Amino acid sequence: MAEIVRDKTGRVLFTKQMREEGYTILAPNMLPVHFKLFAKAFQQAGYNVVPLTSSGREIVNEGLHDVHNDTCYPALLVIGQLINALKSGKYDLNKVALMITQTGGGCRASNYIHLLRKALKKTGFEDIPVISLNLSGMEKNPGFSLTLPLVKQLIYSIVYGDLLMMLANQTRPYENNPGDSDAAVDRWADKLVKEYQDSKNVTYKKVQENIEKILCDFDQIPITPDPDKIKVGIVGEIFVKYAPLGNNNLEAFLQSEGVEVVVPGLMDFVIFKVDNRKVDPDLYGGGFLKHSIASWFEDYLIGWERDLHAAIARHPRYHAGMTFDQIKELVKGYVGYGNKMGEGWLLTAEMLELIHTGTPNIVCTQPFGCLPNHVAGKGMIRLIKENNPTANIVAIDYDPGATAINQENRIKLMIANAKRMQKLSKQNDQPNK
Amino acid sequence: MQVSVGIDIGSTTAKVVVWQDGEVIFRKYERHRSQVRSKTLELIQEAKPFLVGKQFSVAVAGSAGLGMAKAADIPFVQEVFATSELVRRQFPDTDVVIELGGEDAKILFFDKNGTFEERMNGSCAGGTGAFIDQMATLLNVTPEELDRLSAHSEFIYSIASRCGVFAKTDIQPLLNQGAKKENIAASIFQAVVDQTITGLAQGRKIQGKVLFLGGPLYFFTGLRKRFVETLKLDEEHAIFPEFSLYAVAMGSAIYALDDGKTFDFEGLVQALESAADEEVTTLRMPPLFASQEEYDEFKARHAKATVGTVPIENYRGKAYLGIDCGSTTTKVVLIDENCGILYEYYSSNQGNPVHVVREQLMKIEELCGDRITLAGSAVTGYGEDLIRSAFEIDGGLVETVAHLKAAAHFNPNVDFVLDIGGQDIKCFKVHNGVIDNIVLNEACSSGCGSFVETFAKSMGYDVATFAQKGLFAKHPVDLGSRCTVFMNSSVKQAQKEGATLEDISAGLSISVTKNAVYKVIRASSPKDLGENIVVQGGTFLSDAILRSFELEMGRNVIRPSIAGLMGAYGAALYAKDKHLSHSNTLMGEGLKNFTHKSQTVTCKGCGNHCNLTVNIFDGGRRFISGNRCEKPTGVKVDENIPNMIRYKQEKIAQLHGVDGGLGKIGIPMGLNMYELIPFWHAFLTTLGFEVVISDPSSRALYRKGQSTIPSDTVCYPAKLMHGHIINLLEKGVKRIFYPCMPYNLDEKEGDNHYNCPVVAYYPELLEANMDVLKDVEFYNGYFGLHRPKDFEKKAYEYFKDKFRFSQQLISRATKAAYGAYEVWMEDIRSKGDMYIRHARDYGQRIIVMAGRPYHIDPEINHGIDKLLSSFGLVLLTEDAVAHLATPKKQKVHVLNQWTYHSRLYNAARYVTTQPDMELIQTVSFGCGIDAITTDEVRLILEEGGKLYTQLKIDEINNLGAVRIRIRSLLAAIEEKQEQAKRLAAAQKEG
Repeated sequence: MAEIVRDKTGRVLFTKQMREEGYTILAPNMLPVHFKLFAKAFQQAGYNVVPLTSSGREIVNEGLHDVHNDTCYPALLVIGQLINALKSGKYDLNKVALMITQTGGGCRASNYIHLLRKALKKTGFEDIPVISLNLSGMEKNPGFSLTLPLVKQLIYSIVYGDLLMMLANQTRPYENNPGDSDAAVDRWADKLVKEYQDSKNVTYKKVQENIEKILCDFDQIPITPDPDKIKVGIVGEIFVKYAPLGNNNLEAFLQSEGVEVVVPGLMDFVIFKVDNRKVDPDLYGGGFLKHSIASWFEDYLIGWERDLHAAIARHPRYHAGMTFDQIKELVKGYVGYGNKMGEGWLLTAEMLELIHTGTPNIVCTQPFGCLPNHVAGKGMIRLIKENNPTANIVAIDYDPGATAINQENRIKLMIANAKRMQKLSKQNDQPNK
Repeated sequence: MQVSVGIDIGSTTAKVVVWQDGEVIFRKYERHRSQVRSKTLELIQEAKPFLVGKQFSVAVAGSAGLGMAKAADIPFVQEVFATSELVRRQFPDTDVVIELGGEDAKILFFDKNGTFEERMNGSCAGGTGAFIDQMATLLNVTPEELDRLSAHSEFIYSIASRCGVFAKTDIQPLLNQGAKKENIAASIFQAVVDQTITGLAQGRKIQGKVLFLGGPLYFFTGLRKRFVETLKLDEEHAIFPEFSLYAVAMGSAIYALDDGKTFDFEGLVQALESAADEEVTTLRMPPLFASQEEYDEFKARHAKATVGTVPIENYRGKAYLGIDCGSTTTKVVLIDENCGILYEYYSSNQGNPVHVVREQLMKIEELCGDRITLAGSAVTGYGEDLIRSAFEIDGGLVETVAHLKAAAHFNPNVDFVLDIGGQDIKCFKVHNGVIDNIVLNEACSSGCGSFVETFAKSMGYDVATFAQKGLFAKHPVDLGSRCTVFMNSSVKQAQKEGATLEDISAGLSISVTKNAVYKVIRASSPKDLGENIVVQGGTFLSDAILRSFELEMGRNVIRPSIAGLMGAYGAALYAKDKHLSHSNTLMGEGLKNFTHKSQTVTCKGCGNHCNLTVNIFDGGRRFISGNRCEKPTGVKVDENIPNMIRYKQEKIAQLHGVDGGLGKIGIPMGLNMYELIPFWHAFLTTLGFEVVISDPSSRALYRKGQSTIPSDTVCYPAKLMHGHIINLLEKGVKRIFYPCMPYNLDEKEGDNHYNCPVVAYYPELLEANMDVLKDVEFYNGYFGLHRPKDFEKKAYEYFKDKFRFSQQLISRATKAAYGAYEVWMEDIRSKGDMYIRHARDYGQRIIVMAGRPYHIDPEINHGIDKLLSSFGLVLLTEDAVAHLATPKKQKVHVLNQWTYHSRLYNAARYVTTQPDMELIQTVSFGCGIDAITTDEVRLILEEGGKLYTQLKIDEINNLGAVRIRIRSLLAAIEEKQEQAKRLAAAQKEG
């Protein structure tokens, strides 16, 4: 094992030696396909990142044990999962590090890393280094740096992940042979991982080609379209929105109810976080340099989104959502662009995006007592419904003590409403014909 | 002829309806006691005459019916949806449906175009049948009696309605103060109504024709009355149909007509019979005891912890009486000169502790005869003051001290005491015989002990038998640890899945323990606790709970045989230590002629408008409770004792608008405005607006905006903002200014200077949820005060189009604003210095109440400042001392990025350097960010040798728990000082 080095505040650093010794870097998981690609990207850059796939009540219990119980549910889960992994005996404790994201915003989520360290101390793992993954230059580590090639690779992974997730969601409910879509996702995930491994530098052109190939591949899956199928969108706090661990397998539940699930991709969230850095100088002044760097980066990301949307548009079977600029426009009159903590205005915007793209039925997920969502989530539903009478939104709280049966019952009601509204609008259409 | 069957399985009852040609031809409901499938079969069998030989369609509704519907392959219809089917078809002129069930509460709003909007209660579920049942148990009456009692009410108390645990916290002290059950009963119903209106309607007005459905509304006249009165409905608009109970079943029968599955009678019976039981999804845990041997060893170990008893029949001499009038139980202990127990009593106080204590005194008097003289008495617990004045008890002490006295008597080396009573969980560390760390539970852990009892009763067992059943349970159910409401709902789910009574019993014991360990003690390893752990309180009489605590902590502990009597025992020891020549306790004729009446009045002494309970005893003795200060009791309060909260309130009250030609502009006085009001007041006044500030918060003001609150779990300070907006509109303002502020002023005390997300963006929430704001100009733009130069520019741009202010004017206003703010804060700091000097001149102790600027709002802190003053304490706030800390930027273990929080850390650090200062942290319920700060503040204080005291504040306006915390803190400080003196004296001698 490598020597434990602390900085002057006492923080255990991830050193070059640790990197060279191939320390296993455990990370939480949120979106299975995306994170598989992220892990590979990190591995290619020399970091042995392993996203955890564990689930089960032990994780919640571990979290309850180690973290202040009034802290938000994702913190409890993420920390519980990491410590549970350390305790599992699967990893050499002398050669393991942890990685967690840090946004640096005004939400308590910025404190996850500190709560994790407290929990590590409590459970006797205080010598294990924790790497903060952020774009703000917080908490530097000598053995870890986000190089440009790595960042690019991560962005490609988001593009691939979003595309695969979207295609699978739009194909799965209609496939003639159950399992075709998931098989295609797995096939492509493996293929992309292999490609990451084989080529030193994945090029822009290569990614474009792959996008096209993926689309063509999905086009081949035999389906029976069903225009009457109800579509249900998922929005919310990022962790409970995406992670099955956080939302009691919400996607699977919705699929079992026979609806098409619509989940906005991760790219918008990333662009949103970059966009925030432009908004601050706009609203409060200063930060010219910050503004132009953010602007450049945002344009780069938006470029990717545009390319992806253009590719999808060539395949009429699939429909991409709106672009970032479009949804940013939608949210006017609801919340301001300064509303940036947590998911901020993006949460409201995604609900509106769904409504405007034919998915008025929405599950708005949040951890119990989530602070930013009081405003951008639950706080906006009334106004959204007022302006969009077809909107059919149910807000669901996730928490260690909330029973699945209560959550599912509420979602079932939302779906029943959706079905009735569909029936109603059909009846209304008929006399006109 | 078209026949259909609707089956509705709720959380407690099953209902079956047979529908034929638009009419109900059979209906029946019964409690299913979690035997969902067999009960449904029974009901179907009863309907046989109406079904046999026919083809009919079937649908199932209700949360508990889901599993059965799946297994039997019968279409399921969500219950709210079923109700809407019924209403649309049979009662198309309905505007609103309010349906209360066992665990769910719903509102449906029908629009004219045939659509509807529905609301269901969130996870924190107040206002349901289960809630009413729980409250009835608390009052020791049946739900039917509760209803009858409510008919004779004269007064409605304000009871937190958010959830059963909260309500209980409000009701319990009312009971102990002697409030009339009639009034409490009606108040419980009112709480349900309030919860429905705020928690569910969320801004949409309940008006037009309202249909009331569901069991509670069907059975309880009192509840109906409260709804009708509160919603101001007349007979034509408040409909209470006789089929109320069956609405969902009828709705699903209607649904079945189109979307049901067709059966004949035999087919349906067969489908139900062959349906497999629901698969088990709840998690199981290892058993408490694997074998009888394990249990025997455990029993033997704990049997050693006993206290000597002395037969009262033979004893002659002096005796000392200790009474512990707890939240749900009353305990009495009589000891002899050697601390042996002569007499003990432990029983539920049946909602009337005065009555129980009187009976006990009479019994003791009889037992004592002429042989035994009572030489002293003392009382502790929630009912301390009431019992003390009713029976002229010699002394009173705070329960933490009583518990420690008893524990220390038991084991002089005790270093950790955990007490789980009916309502409260207390724990404290003991260092050299002095309490040096007290932790009391907050609302969400309340009532764990009594919950087990209530639940046992509902299953038809006494608590001891019920707990005993869990000892050898094979697979205890994991019921979570959040709070009793969540546990209750998990129990229901486990029952539906066929968990045995044994497994549930064991699961409950484990959950209660986990709640104490995770949420109250917050210790992760036994070494955090100590070597000699004593556990006590009635709840620990249960072997199951004791065992699960030992397992959870991985350490053996001591449970005295009198675990449930420790408070009373401690009180008796205290009475003995007083060395009185004789006791004044009411005995003999006085006791025989004792009478007790109580009445409720509203105190008009100040803006708090406390609901006082005036207890009148025979001979004109009176005891007043429910007060925050001593004013109504006639005791003179020292008005000169410095109180920074009062000072700040007065300072704000002195701000007035000046007519500057632009007309009025309103500012809602809440959240960050409590701090920034000097800034914005100066800024807007300079610009030429006449600033109008909303009135101080009150419950009445809260209620005015209550119905527009979209998120029930947001903090109370935020919820109050809705009322402030209404208040401003009532003052006739046509413009309101309330900016969004993600950033606070940068005081260079932390890594960043954020506001919390709620403070930052609440103005946007108000705009989206309060229609009344459409009629006025609402200015809620984004402003950042952390960059003064840019502020000026941005402010100019913001007002440019509307008012054409010149740049010079904006510049002047900006200067005035920053200047006014600086002067204001400086004044608070120098006032702080003055108060500190005052305290030191007069030898008074100083308390720093550290929280948020808005915690000075009297409706938010419920008058805690007055309570502190009544203890003779000089009161400062965090912003008056934070600047005194060095270094300015504290090293903390978390991200220090919120301005208000940085102040907390600094204030805490400073307090540790001042021997005569203590810090009390106030935390608003639901403040997610304070989950981070509280641990840090505690750490800073403890590292500095200070006690940490946290007061969690919410709608609950009862200060009983606060009083205990403050008294415990003071008692601990006093003990510490005494000990230091003793130590010094000993050193001198040595």
